[in-house]
Amino acid sequence: MRRRATLVEKVIARATGKTSVRAGDIVTARVDLAFAHDSSGPRRWKPMLAELGAGVWDPAKVAIVSDHYAPAVDAESAEILKLTREFAREHGVANFFDMAGICHLVLPEHGLIRPGAFIAGGDSHTPMAGAFGAYAAGYGATDMAAIIATGETWLSVPETIRVEWSGAFMRGVTAKDVMLFLCRELGLDNAFRAIEYGGDTVASMSMAERMVLCNMAAELGADTGVIAPDDVTFAYLAERGAPVIDEAAARAVASDPDAKYCAVHRFDATALEPQIAAPHSPDNTSPAASFDGVRIEQAYIGACVGAKLSDLHMAAEVLHGRKIAPGVRLLIAPASSKTTEAAAGDGTLAILMAAGATLLPSGCGACAGMGAGLLADGDVCISSTNRNFQGRMGHAGASVYLGSPYSVAAAAVAGSIIDPRRLLSEAG
Amino acid sequence: MGRAFLFGDNIDTDLLAPGYAMKLPPEELARHCLEAIDPSFAAVVRRGDVVVAGRNFGLGSSREQAAVSLKLLGVSAVLAVSFARIFYRNAINLGLPAIILPLACEIEAGDELSIDPEAGRVENLTQARGYDVAPIPSHLMAMIRDGGLMPHLKRRLSIRGAGVPE
Repeated sequence: MRRRATLVEKVIARATGKTSVRAGDIVTARVDLAFAHDSSGPRRWKPMLAELGAGVWDPAKVAIVSDHYAPAVDAESAEILKLTREFAREHGVANFFDMAGICHLVLPEHGLIRPGAFIAGGDSHTPMAGAFGAYAAGYGATDMAAIIATGETWLSVPETIRVEWSGAFMRGVTAKDVMLFLCRELGLDNAFRAIEYGGDTVASMSMAERMVLCNMAAELGADTGVIAPDDVTFAYLAERGAPVIDEAAARAVASDPDAKYCAVHRFDATALEPQIAAPHSPDNTSPAASFDGVRIEQAYIGACVGAKLSDLHMAAEVLHGRKIAPGVRLLIAPASSKTTEAAAGDGTLAILMAAGATLLPSGCGACAGMGAGLLADGDVCISSTNRNFQGRMGHAGASVYLGSPYSVAAAAVAGSIIDPRRLLSEAG
Repeated sequence: MGRAFLFGDNIDTDLLAPGYAMKLPPEELARHCLEAIDPSFAAVVRRGDVVVAGRNFGLGSSREQAAVSLKLLGVSAVLAVSFARIFYRNAINLGLPAIILPLACEIEAGDELSIDPEAGRVENLTQARGYDVAPIPSHLMAMIRDGGLMPHLKRRLSIRGAGVPE
């Protein structure tokens, strides 16, 4: 009889060619998809591959997305982007995306994230792909160069923490609030563990919300975040022209009912309020109402976690028929060009622009401390991004508060942090 | 052997390698390492010195420049109560020993430390006390002995290329 296993153990067992693995085993896995962006990818791989005398092990299993330095803001970033394009061309990497947006959203949009896959990404927010039931972990550039050359990597099989949510959210509460709350509850120090999300709240979430949960498993310090594939997963992929052929096999990757977890946490979604993380850490979280009146100069809606179409919809719900407060800069960098196109088509962009927002290019931008919208000494910003470490978005003397797109848009209107439900209830 | 430089919990990769400086050449980027919390660190730290920290050292981004910068500044090892996963892998891949030391808080700034990662031993010469630390797994020690992942892999690939079984 097969040993009971978690989702993560099942994916790793398959990728290592073993019948089973257990937490703590040190194994070598074959990688199904290896990806990186312009900052961590070709510019770092090129000299290492030359040193090894190696090429790309399998260009069909590699994806490259230019998102950190795109569009170029100076000669140095232009050179990085040029090198990235040339590398993709020279090595026959067909899945190369330039000016398409942020890798963690662009790859699922193109159907490249598959249930049950073992995915290695050259970025810490790679766990976002775990929303599709993949094992997706972030790696540094040397690890990635080794993977690009050989198609394999070592890992210590992580233990799994199960996090279950039940019930429906109050209006104005989102997956982002869940994660800011969990950063406080579980802490940021969960290395060599995976987070598996479940419960009826998660089952009824869209893929966009599930991606938020798995993306911010990175903030929890976990190897990855995972959610078992289901009809919502299959519908998302089918809509993008990449249906899952064997749904039964994909479903079978889910953890066995008696799988062994290192911890199980259960939370009540009906009791969760909008959350804000204060400077300078995502675990410095309290209910939004407790920051009432904190003045802001900038409101930023961007990043892989916080600028998907659904995030822009949330901002538009708050901003519809309203104007941002005088002296406030509301910057919106949609996470992908497909997001911008959809938001233009459904009227969302018109609402945001009418409210006084400024539209920025799709990319990692100010969230990674690289693009437009950086902060000065003493600036206070509220942001829909996932990290507020000191100096990350500009000057070390700036302060960044993290919140949901509802909370960011509400603060932009009020000129200071408020519980976004106050504006949503007014809007009816 | 080197002097201890103390840092607290949750030293993140934006502190180790600030985003705005990421497009600079590695040696220039290293001069900004930890500047937001210790402006003199990069100028004062010498070859062989040791970074000593609390929980979850290196959390945040996957940027390997966080570990590269410490190595370029001459840091010989990082001792911490715990490490973030990607930083831990990056450090070992570069041949920079990342050593888990639950009692790191006993070390004071400027203490002279002597570290033997292979034997799993940390000596505090100033305080005349020593610590046995968890051994680094054998597959990683093999990598460190070769000088990091790239030299290790180069050796493996050349052996494979020569038709000699691994």
